[in-house]
Order: sequence, then C-alpha cells, then structure tokens
Amino acid sequence: MNSPPLSQRTSVLGWLKQNLFATPLDSIITVVSSLILIMLLPPLFEWLLFDADFIGSTKDDCDLNGACWVFIKERLVQITYGFYPYEELWRVNLSFLVVGIGIFASLTGRLGSQSIWLALTSTVIPIGAWFVLRGDILGFSEVETAKWGGLMVTLIISFVGISFSLPLGVALALARRSSLPILRLLSTIFIESWRGVPLITVLFMSSVLFPIFLPPDWQMDKLLRALFGVLFFASAYMAEVVRGGLQAIPKGQEEAANALALSYFQKQRYIVLPQALKYVIPGITNVFISLLKDTTLVSIISMYDLLGIVQSANSDPEWPGLATEGYVFVGLIFWIICFGLSRYSMSIEKKQNLKPR
Amino acid sequence: MKSLTHWLYDQKVRNVLIQIISLLVVFGVISVLVYNAATNIKSQGMATGFSFLQSKSGFAINQLPIHYTEDSTYFRAFLVGLVNTIIVSFLGIVTATILGFLVAIARLSQNYILNRLATAYIEILRNLPLLLLIFFFYFVVIRSLPLVRESWHISEVIFLNNRGLYLPALIHEPGSWIVVVAGIAAIILWFVYSGYVNRYQLKTGRRLAIWPVIVASMVGVAVLTLLIGTPFSWEFSKLGGFNFNGGIVVSPEFLSLYAALSCYTASFIAENVRSGILAVPKGQLEAARSLGLKRSVTLRKIVIPQAMRVIIPPMTNQYLNLTKNSSLAATIGYPELFAVFGGTVLNQTGQAVEVLAITMGVYLFLSLTTSLVMNIYNKNTLLTER
Repeated sequence: MNSPPLSQRTSVLGWLKQNLFATPLDSIITVVSSLILIMLLPPLFEWLLFDADFIGSTKDDCDLNGACWVFIKERLVQITYGFYPYEELWRVNLSFLVVGIGIFASLTGRLGSQSIWLALTSTVIPIGAWFVLRGDILGFSEVETAKWGGLMVTLIISFVGISFSLPLGVALALARRSSLPILRLLSTIFIESWRGVPLITVLFMSSVLFPIFLPPDWQMDKLLRALFGVLFFASAYMAEVVRGGLQAIPKGQEEAANALALSYFQKQRYIVLPQALKYVIPGITNVFISLLKDTTLVSIISMYDLLGIVQSANSDPEWPGLATEGYVFVGLIFWIICFGLSRYSMSIEKKQNLKPR
Repeated sequence: MKSLTHWLYDQKVRNVLIQIISLLVVFGVISVLVYNAATNIKSQGMATGFSFLQSKSGFAINQLPIHYTEDSTYFRAFLVGLVNTIIVSFLGIVTATILGFLVAIARLSQNYILNRLATAYIEILRNLPLLLLIFFFYFVVIRSLPLVRESWHISEVIFLNNRGLYLPALIHEPGSWIVVVAGIAAIILWFVYSGYVNRYQLKTGRRLAIWPVIVASMVGVAVLTLLIGTPFSWEFSKLGGFNFNGGIVVSPEFLSLYAALSCYTASFIAENVRSGILAVPKGQLEAARSLGLKRSVTLRKIVIPQAMRVIIPPMTNQYLNLTKNSSLAATIGYPELFAVFGGTVLNQTGQAVEVLAITMGVYLFLSLTTSLVMNIYNKNTLLTER
C-alpha cells in the first residue's frame, strides 16, 4: 500500500543541490551558516582540546591559551564524592553498583522476576544504601551528610525522588481517577499544589519549614528533609504521568475485569497497572531527566551537588579564573546522562508504537 | 453479626467509609502539623501573623521598577519582587517564543546545515540544567564583557559592558498622556477595522487592504505629537567618573537570568512548535496547493491555525515553567519575588511560615489561573469532528 518509492540514486552533487542549494535563499543560508561555523568551531576545539592542558597538578602547569583540565583532574574525586572520606569511598561505589544492578535488572528483566527487582530497587536497596553511606551502624564509621557532595548527591536525590515517588504517584493517580469525590478532591489538591510552585521554594520549605512542623524533639537530617521535599514534588509530576498511562488503557479492559468480578485492587494490580506502567516508562524517564537537572537547585539550601561543588571550587584562591572549565565539565556530565536517558525513552516509545495494542 | 459483615461488604457503605477515613487521616495529619508548629513557634518565641507586612523593611533593593526606599514597608518590598518577577517572565516569554519559533522553522527546513544547527541547539540546551546556564551567563559571559571605559556601544546610545546594559530612558513631559491615549486609540482602531475586514470578506469574498488604515493612524499620531510640541525627550547614558549616569541601567543579573531563561525555554518551545506543525495532516497542504494558494498564504491560513491548536497547551506549560524558573534568580541576586521575599524578608523577620506561604501562594495562584484558562481554551478549540 504505502510502500516507499524505489531508491532514488543521487550523486553527491545532486544531494548538495537538494539539501544545500535548492533555492537562492537556501544557498545564502548555507553560505552564511557555514561561514559562522568555520569562524566558531576551530577556536572552540582549540580551546577545548588542542591548546588545552591535561598534564600537571597546579595552576602553573596551565598556560592560558586553552582550557585548564588539570583543574578538573585534580578535583575529580571531590566533584564525584564531595568531602566523603577518601578511605571510605568504597561504600559509595558499592552502593551505586548495587543500585545500578537493581535498575538494570528491573528494566530489562534479565536477572529474574522484574517486579521483585523493581520492589527491591525502590525500597530495600535505597534504604540499605542510606545506612551504608551514612554509617554509625553495623560497624561502619559515621559520615554525616554535610560531607556528601558532588555527583553522588545529585544521583542520590534524583534516584530517591524517582523511585519513592513512583508508588506515591500511582496511589495519587488512582485516587484522582477514582469515583469517590472526596478522594478525588484530596488528591487533586495535593497534586496541583506541588505542581504549582517552583522546586526552589519546596527545597526552601524543606530546609526552613519542616523543622517547625515536626515535633520539637525530632531532629531530621538536612539531606533527608530535602529528599522528602523532592519526593513530594516529584510524586505530583509522577501522578500526572501515571494518570496519562491510565487514560490510555482501553475501557474494555476495565469492563472485562468488572465482568470477571475482580475486586478494585485485583483489577488495578493484575489488569490496569501492568499495562499502564509499561506505557508510562518514557514519561517517567522524562520526569527523571527534569528532576536530575533540577537537583542543581539544592545549592540554594547550601548543599553541594555536582554544580554546587564546582561553583564552590571556582572561588578557590589556588585555582582562580577557571569557572568556564568547571561549567563545561559539569555541563558535559549532565548532558551525557540526560541525552542518553532521553534517547532511551524515545527508543522505548518507538517500540511501543510499533507493537499493535 | 452477620448483618454487620453484610453491611460492610455493601459497596455504597464502603465508599462512604473510605472517604470518611481518608478525610479523617488528612485532617489528623494537618492538625498534628499545626499543633507542632504552634508549640515550636511558642517555644522559640517567634512572631506570628501578617502584621510585619506593614512595618519598615530597612533594606535596599538594587533593581527598582517601582518606587521603593529603605523606609518602605515589607509589603512594598513584596510588590517590587512581584513586579521584577513579572518583568523578567514577560520579556523571557516573548523572547523564548520568537526564538523557539525560529529554531523550530530552522529545524523543519530542507537546508541540511540549518537543520543540523537547530537540532544541535535544541538537544544541547534541553539536556543542561537551567541553573548551569544562568551561572554560565553570569560568571563567564558577562564577566568577559569589556570594562566600563571600553564599553561596546551602538553609536554612543546603547552601551554594553560588564556592569550591565545601558539604554536611553524616555522622559515624559506634561501633555504626554494625550499621545499615549492617541496611540492606544490607534491600536484599538486597527483591531476593530481588521475585524470589519474579515466580516466583509466573509460576506462578499473581497478582501480590503488593512495597511492604509495603519499608516493613516500612525501618521495621525505622529502629527498630533508634533502639534503639541513633542512632550517626550530621551535621556542618554553618559560616562561620568567611573560609571555611566542616567538612562536605564539593565543589571548583569537581569541580563544573565533573562538570557538563560529565554534560550532554555526556547529549546522546549521549538520542540512543541515542531510537533504542532508536523501534526497538521499532509492532505491539508496538498489541498491548499491544489487550490493554488501561495506558500506564505498556506502557512498563514492553513498550517499555523491548525498547528496552534496543538502548540498552545504545551506552550502555556512552558510559559508557566519559565515563570516558576525565574525564582532561580535568587542564586545570582536578581531581586525577584523569591529572592526578595524568601531570601531577605525571611531572614529579617524570621516568620518562615507566613513568608513562604505568601511566596508559594503567588506562584500557585499564577499556575492555577493559567491552567483554568487553558482548560477553557481547550474546551473551546476542541476539533469538532464531522
């Protein structure tokens, strides 16, 4: 029916004419943009790579012609782990390895039951990792969260925000679509209030207001408070994503479940959610991407995430004037993670669209 | 006993019970929180209530769109922050929309290089944290601008250096309001006339030209201005001592925030616009071409109206995000709502509950009204299928 035309063989010149010089305006655009690229790209690469300095250990090892990557190299441990004690770094690595395996297993299903892995990764593993990282238990020495920083904090906040907000988001989404008016109203109010305010105010609230609303003798860790703030915030977005998935399930599915006399929870557990959750993986990934980018805001409540630690390193008197290198490096890390995730979510979306439902 | 279980299994009774329980839980949690807050506030001797809004603020703000001094009240400081938020959001929205449309059109263009450049722009900016962009503009781009004495300038009227952007200020003189009123009247006239032209076209099929009316009204306003002796004058920035005096000073904080917000949001808007344009069925284009419509008319009358239906809802979302993201200004010290209120006022008064409630309330109000308007819009523009 809609088969593509037979392959049109085009020569190089033909391709050029078609894609670069189709009309006079097209030719002008091509020439101007090529000129701009020729002016911009060589200096950029000279600065980034060819004139840059990689070898050495102090600022004096850098001439000022190109980027001074020595700065990043010297600070790499700090950028990754913050001020976590050097001899305890294996705890961080171990925790991230286990979480990584958990994520891999629950997304691909190659290491056994996907739902068991999902349950483990979203509850037991992060809580266990918290105790391993925080220490003061099971013979681990204590490392207070003020010493945590860098990429580690960025990943912790965004991962906890996403994994814990999934069950909360599912509950909220179900409540928002339920036939019970009060439940619907409560969950709508909850979702819309969190979605309506900037994350920065939520973080501020977690740092300033939570202590006021907790019982006087409770002391809650600052990072933990921020995690709760992020969790509520993310669960509102998650709820909307899940709701989108629920809406995409054909009505017949639910009616069939009703006809089989399944109870409400059986219906959601066995019929609706398995289909809906598969459908919302791209949406969840997008929430994760924006959450990951937004974790940079924790620097406003004086915690040092990836960006915050580079920002503070910029004011180091031994390494003055290297802000650009710091930002470029941080930008690269964020970009690689976010771009990779967005490609991942797009590929899943494509696969789903191909499958007949 | 049997009747009780029977009663519990009744769906209607259950529904009521579940709702009552959830209400009780929510109210329980809220009352525990309020009780805790009351105890904590009392034990720490914190002030409560909104009366602090009337007391003297005693701090200075460097970017003042409305009158404000250290003697002004906290409420006045709140207004300054609010107006600054509105200014940066509004300008950011306008710029991001224009830039976003341009990038989207570039991305859809047949030209290979332009197409790749637009794709690179979108993919790079979308996948970077906004705060990083703000820091980059503030600590790298603005810092690398020339010093005051070596400012870049456009014929000594507009200056740009590492202390900000200097624009000439328009000074009102007595009688200027007449010109303003005339200008507004002219704009209203355009709208009324173009409405008339559309109705006339529907009735007769002929389209009247709009431009004569626009030119005539503009000439009219210009003549009026000259007649009453040009009640406006420009105040230029002048280099005096170590800095510029006079004119409008746009601070580096504003510039970085504005640039970062616009560029960042534009990358999202570009994707919305692109998917909106791609959502217009190809048959529409072919039909337009077979009717002999020109490319520009096809774009204006066929593609864009249909694409807008898809574009506008996600775009409003982006506008809202931009407004909420303007609160990141607190990190570089542009005095918008969150920086003034959540920062300085909170530190001075220590009334965290009230201050954060007001700040979050403003953002919440903005979001909810926008989504309300959007819902109405969506209902009105839903495609009525044949």
